[in-house]
Amino acid sequence: MAVQDDIADRIAGFALFADLSGPQREQVVHVLDEAWFSAGERILRQGFSGSGLYVILEGTAAIRIDGVDRSLLKAGDYFGEISCLLGEPPTADILAVSPLRCLVLPSAQVESFLKAQPLVMFRLLQGEARKVRTTTKWLS
Amino acid sequence: MAELEKPPFPPGRYSLIIVGSGPGALQLSYSLRRLGIDHCVLSDDPAPGGMFRRWPVFQRMLSWTKPFTGLERRSRAYERYDWNSLLADEGAGRAVMPQIMDGTSYFPSRPEMERGLVAFAEATAARIRFGCRWDSTSRDGDDFVLHTSDGDFTAPLVVFAVGVALPWRPAGLENLPHYGDLRPADTYRDRRIFIIGKQNSGFEIATGLLPLARQIVLASPSPTKLSVNTHSLVGVRARYVQPYEDSVLSGGVVVLDTSIDEVKRAGDGYRVRTRSAQDESVLTFEVDDVIAATGFAAPLRDLAALGVATFGQSGLPAQTPFWESATVPGVYFAGTLNQGAHGLKKHGIPSNSGAVQGYRYNARVLAAHLAEKRFGQRLARRRLEAHEVIPHLLAEASHGPELWHQRSYLARAVVVDPEHGIIDDGIVPLAHFVDSAGPDAVAIALESNGRDDPYPAIYIRRGGSVTEHLLEPSPLLDFEGPNHRKALLAALDRLISPSVAEPRP
Repeated sequence: MAVQDDIADRIAGFALFADLSGPQREQVVHVLDEAWFSAGERILRQGFSGSGLYVILEGTAAIRIDGVDRSLLKAGDYFGEISCLLGEPPTADILAVSPLRCLVLPSAQVESFLKAQPLVMFRLLQGEARKVRTTTKWLS
Repeated sequence: MAELEKPPFPPGRYSLIIVGSGPGALQLSYSLRRLGIDHCVLSDDPAPGGMFRRWPVFQRMLSWTKPFTGLERRSRAYERYDWNSLLADEGAGRAVMPQIMDGTSYFPSRPEMERGLVAFAEATAARIRFGCRWDSTSRDGDDFVLHTSDGDFTAPLVVFAVGVALPWRPAGLENLPHYGDLRPADTYRDRRIFIIGKQNSGFEIATGLLPLARQIVLASPSPTKLSVNTHSLVGVRARYVQPYEDSVLSGGVVVLDTSIDEVKRAGDGYRVRTRSAQDESVLTFEVDDVIAATGFAAPLRDLAALGVATFGQSGLPAQTPFWESATVPGVYFAGTLNQGAHGLKKHGIPSNSGAVQGYRYNARVLAAHLAEKRFGQRLARRRLEAHEVIPHLLAEASHGPELWHQRSYLARAVVVDPEHGIIDDGIVPLAHFVDSAGPDAVAIALESNGRDDPYPAIYIRRGGSVTEHLLEPSPLLDFEGPNHRKALLAALDRLISPSVAEPRP
């Protein structure tokens, strides 16, 4: 039943939280909610307000834009961050491909969370930089 | 008394079994009986009431029933202000709570809440097999078999309404007294008390012990949220904020954001060591009592072995929008277990499915869903003229209790069918509406963003895809004026021709 201890251990292996101490990871697990989605269930909905930042604990999700699947996300990956940072609805659907267990942070709390956890903010920036690099390579 | 001498529902096969006799089970059983669906109800308890037979420990509810509203108490609109009564369609079962409360507080006492549930059960002639403990579960073909203290009960459909009231403690704290083990308040006189957990249960204990304790420490890793800041039921309710004020004014209460490293017995008391997540600094407290206000879990017994997926600290069952197990068809949930069906959870604000005012509507929607999907009924639906659609939807946003209590979760849907016309499809789970294929339709929900006043949200389903249209909030919470009519008319543009949808004066 030690669900939260289990999650704190699990996220130690995720790049996003790799720099945190044990108590910091425990705090992260307390601040974020846990959610579970069935295969095929929509998690983020393209064009809908009120989204959040999701970190996948278990399972696989698909990024779907205008009905077309673009890529897959797996444990340790996160999504929804661009919508949260820009304060705009998501530009893609995210669907669970298999049963999916996530940590969730509502959009309105992302700014204060990242400011309180600068090591997570830096890791998230690195992740966004990699996405920009990939997109730039693809465009060129 | 004849009922007591000969309990109803002997062991055997039924078309549907409900387990529980708290408000969720009472509401679902009533709603099913109104639809003529035979079922059996089993409960380990000796009388109706569920967790309200024991809790909250300081004997007063967090949910209000406002006595004076200018509305007739048996009207549907009054339900918005009465969070505690169950829903009867007519008769003495309607708006029970304001009749029972003594008027000294608009939060009913625990005994009043319990009496209200008993009164509802009596007024609606609820039939329950009490003292029948569900022990374990197995499969027999398409049926589920509930092995109970009274024998085996079999059914293809089972609804578990067993609450979320199993004390839960984190690893390493298993032997500490829990919220549910609290001694009589007077025994904490002049003592130093360490409460682990900073949600409502922790602050409820702190509030109750303020006049008695020498010192109170409230500690958990994450900062305290207050409902008055989140504009929702997320966070500590205003009634329990006094310890927080005592803390910020340095009155003797200490509120800490910290991890609990270790709790050890020390003489007659405890030694508690905490570690800050910010700077890893360690504090040690010598206290007389430690109370784990660390939450509750769902008492689902062996359902996980049957394949029922659960998640989170509370072990909530993962559910479809219609409260069916996401992994075991035929197993449904009612009452506070409905928190496992998260809905859209927009802006991180959960449904009110953890409270009576939310799950009473889920139960009614579930009963209608079961009637149609599992028992082959086709429930009557009201046909609307095109010019009635906008006033109807905006009236629901302004006065519909389902939308008020279950924001972004339950919605009023209207289907536009080329063959049958415009049909009021009733109250539906919003997640089902936006994520399921279906005919062209519109749904209206009331929503909150945790910052502004509530506002109506319109969802238009056309050609299989759904778009969202947010209307403006209203400081007077009245969405029936010309601006909202105009905005809704524009949103409906591609669904119903504006020339016919324009409301008539």
